[in-house]
Amino acid sequence: MLMYVVRRLLQAIPVFLGTTFLIYFMVFSMPGDPIIALFGDKTPNPAVLAAIREQYNLDEPFIVQYFLYLQNLVTGNLGVTFSGQEVVDVLSRAFPVTLKLVAMAVVIEFILAVVIGLISGLRKGGIIDNANLVTALVLSSVPPFVALFVAQYFIGIKLGWAPVTVGANATWGSMLLPAIVIALTIYVTGMRLMRGSVIEAQSADYVRTAAAKGLTARRIIPVHVARNSLIPVVTNTAASFGALIAGTTVTEGIFNIPGVGKVLYDAILRGENATVVSFVTILTILYVIVNILVDLLYAVLDPRIRYV
Amino acid sequence: MSERTTEHYVAPVDPDEKVEVDRVKLSERKSNLWLDAWRDLRRRPLFYIAMSIVLVVVVAALFPSLFTDVLPNNDCFLENSNAGPAEGHPLGFTRQGCDVYSRIVYGASTSLSVGLLVVAITAAIGIPMGAIAGFYGGWVDSLLSRVGDIFFSIPYFLAAVVVMSVLSAHRNVFVISLAIGGFAWASLARILRAEVLQVKNLEYVMASEAVGRGRFSTLLRHVLPNSLTPVIVYLTIALGAAITAEATLSFLGIGLPNTIMSWGNDIAQAQTSIRVAPMALFWPSLALTITVLAFIVLGELIRDALDPKARARR
Repeated sequence: MLMYVVRRLLQAIPVFLGTTFLIYFMVFSMPGDPIIALFGDKTPNPAVLAAIREQYNLDEPFIVQYFLYLQNLVTGNLGVTFSGQEVVDVLSRAFPVTLKLVAMAVVIEFILAVVIGLISGLRKGGIIDNANLVTALVLSSVPPFVALFVAQYFIGIKLGWAPVTVGANATWGSMLLPAIVIALTIYVTGMRLMRGSVIEAQSADYVRTAAAKGLTARRIIPVHVARNSLIPVVTNTAASFGALIAGTTVTEGIFNIPGVGKVLYDAILRGENATVVSFVTILTILYVIVNILVDLLYAVLDPRIRYV
Repeated sequence: MSERTTEHYVAPVDPDEKVEVDRVKLSERKSNLWLDAWRDLRRRPLFYIAMSIVLVVVVAALFPSLFTDVLPNNDCFLENSNAGPAEGHPLGFTRQGCDVYSRIVYGASTSLSVGLLVVAITAAIGIPMGAIAGFYGGWVDSLLSRVGDIFFSIPYFLAAVVVMSVLSAHRNVFVISLAIGGFAWASLARILRAEVLQVKNLEYVMASEAVGRGRFSTLLRHVLPNSLTPVIVYLTIALGAAITAEATLSFLGIGLPNTIMSWGNDIAQAQTSIRVAPMALFWPSLALTITVLAFIVLGELIRDALDPKARARR
C-alpha cells in the first residue's frame, strides 16, 4: 500500500508541472501587452513601464518567469486579485462555501444513485426501470445552466419554496436547491453503475448461496447485493467531487453563492484575466489533488488495484 | 526409387459437391459487426426519432429560410420588447424585440458547426495520440500518455475559460472549437489506447505482420479499423457535450460575440428578464436540450448496437 501511495504521488509531479506550465504558457504567449493594457487609452511613461515590468518579472526570459511563478505558487504566494485583495484571503473566505455546496450536492447524488440504481436493478426491465432510464437520459442532457434557471424560475420565483438567490450569508438551507439541481444533473453515471452491478450481483454465486442457505430477500438485498455493488458508486461519487469543485462557476454565478466559482464568474464577466488565470490554476490543482485522493480511496476499497 | 502418383494421397474431388457447399454459403445472410449493428438500429423506434431531430437541426443549419420567413435581425422593434406570441411570430420576442423563433432557427448552424468542429479537432488529435501510444508501447507510450495526463488533468471547461478570456479579441466559431477540442481529446486518446492494447494482440494482427506487412501499415489497415467502436460512440456523445460547452461559454460572455447568433447568447441575454419574460429564456434552452439529447441518445443506441453482448441481453 505504501509503495502504491508513493508511486501515485510521484506520478502527480509531472502532471502538476505540466498543467501549471500549460496554463502559464497559454496566457503569456498570447498577443497583447498586459502592462500597456493596464493604462487603458493613456500612453504610459517608459520609466513607469519598465518599473512595472521589473516588478512582475516580465523583463526575464519566459522560462525564468515560469519558474518564478512556480516558486510563488509553491510557497503559497498566489498574488493579488484585480481589485488588490490577496488571492489567499479571497480563497480562505470563498472556499468553505464552495466546499459546503459541493459536499451537499455529492451526498444527495450518492443517495439518489444508490437508491434509484438499486430499485431499478432489482426490477430490471420493469416499468420503474424503464421510466428511470428515460428520465436519466433526459436529465443528463439538460445543460446545467438551463436546469439551474428552470429550478430558479419555478421553485424560487413561481412557487417561492426556496430563496431565488443565496447572497452573502450562505447557509446549508439556502444552498439546498442548487445542490439538489446539481445532484440531479450528475447522478446518472453513479445510478447506472449501481444498476449494472446490482443486476450482475443478483446472478452471482454468493447471492445464490445466500438464498440456498434460506436467507430472506430482506437480508440478502442489503447485505449481499447492495454492499458489494457500492464500490464503483463510491469511487464515482468521489471523482465527481473533483469535477464539481472545478465546475461550480455557473452554479455559484446563477445563484449568487459567494464561493470560489463566483469569484471566477465575476472575474470572467468583468474581463479580469489575471484573476481568471489564478483561480483556474487553483481549481485545476484542487482537481488534481482530489483525483489523487480518489485513486488512493480506490486502492483502499479494492485490493486488486494496489497489487498490480 | 519408384515413382509415386498423387492419386494415392489425395481423395478424389467431386466438383458438384463443392458447388453445393458454396451455394449454402451464398444463401446465408451476409453478416459483420457493422451490418449487424445497422440492422439492429433500424429496428429501434428511438433511432428514427433521434435521427429525425438531428436531420431537422442539420437542415435548419443549412437552409434556415425553409423554416421561417422572418430574418432574425430585421424588424427588431423595441416596442415589441419581451412581447408574447403574435401573428407570424409563434414564440414571441426577445428583449431587443427580435423574433425568438427565427433566432433559434438561425442559431442552429452555430451550434452544429461548433459541435462538428470540436469533434473533428478531438478526433484529429486524440486518434493519432491514442493509437500510436497503444500500438507502439514502450517509451513512445510513456511520453504520449504523460502528455495526455496533463491535458486530462485540466478540466476542459476551465481550460476553455482561460483560452477564451485571453483571446477575447478573436472570438469566433473556430477559436471556440479549438478551445474546447484542444483539451477534450485526452479522454478519447485514453479510450482508444485501451482498445488498441487489446486488439494488437489478436491473431489477425500477428498474421498481418507474419505475411510481411509493415508495422505502421498494420496499424492503419487492421488495428485502427477494429478499435474504432468506442471512438465513434465517444465522438457522438462529445458532439452533444461540445454544443453544451459552447452555450455555457457564450452564456458566461466569453463564448461567441453577440454578433454571432447562438443559443447560448440568446439564453444569456434572456437571463436578465427571467421574471418578466421567462419564455424567451425557455425556447432556446429547449432547442439546446433537445439537440443535445438527440446526439446523446444516438451515441447510446450506437453503443448498444455495436455491442453483441448488449444485443443478446435485450
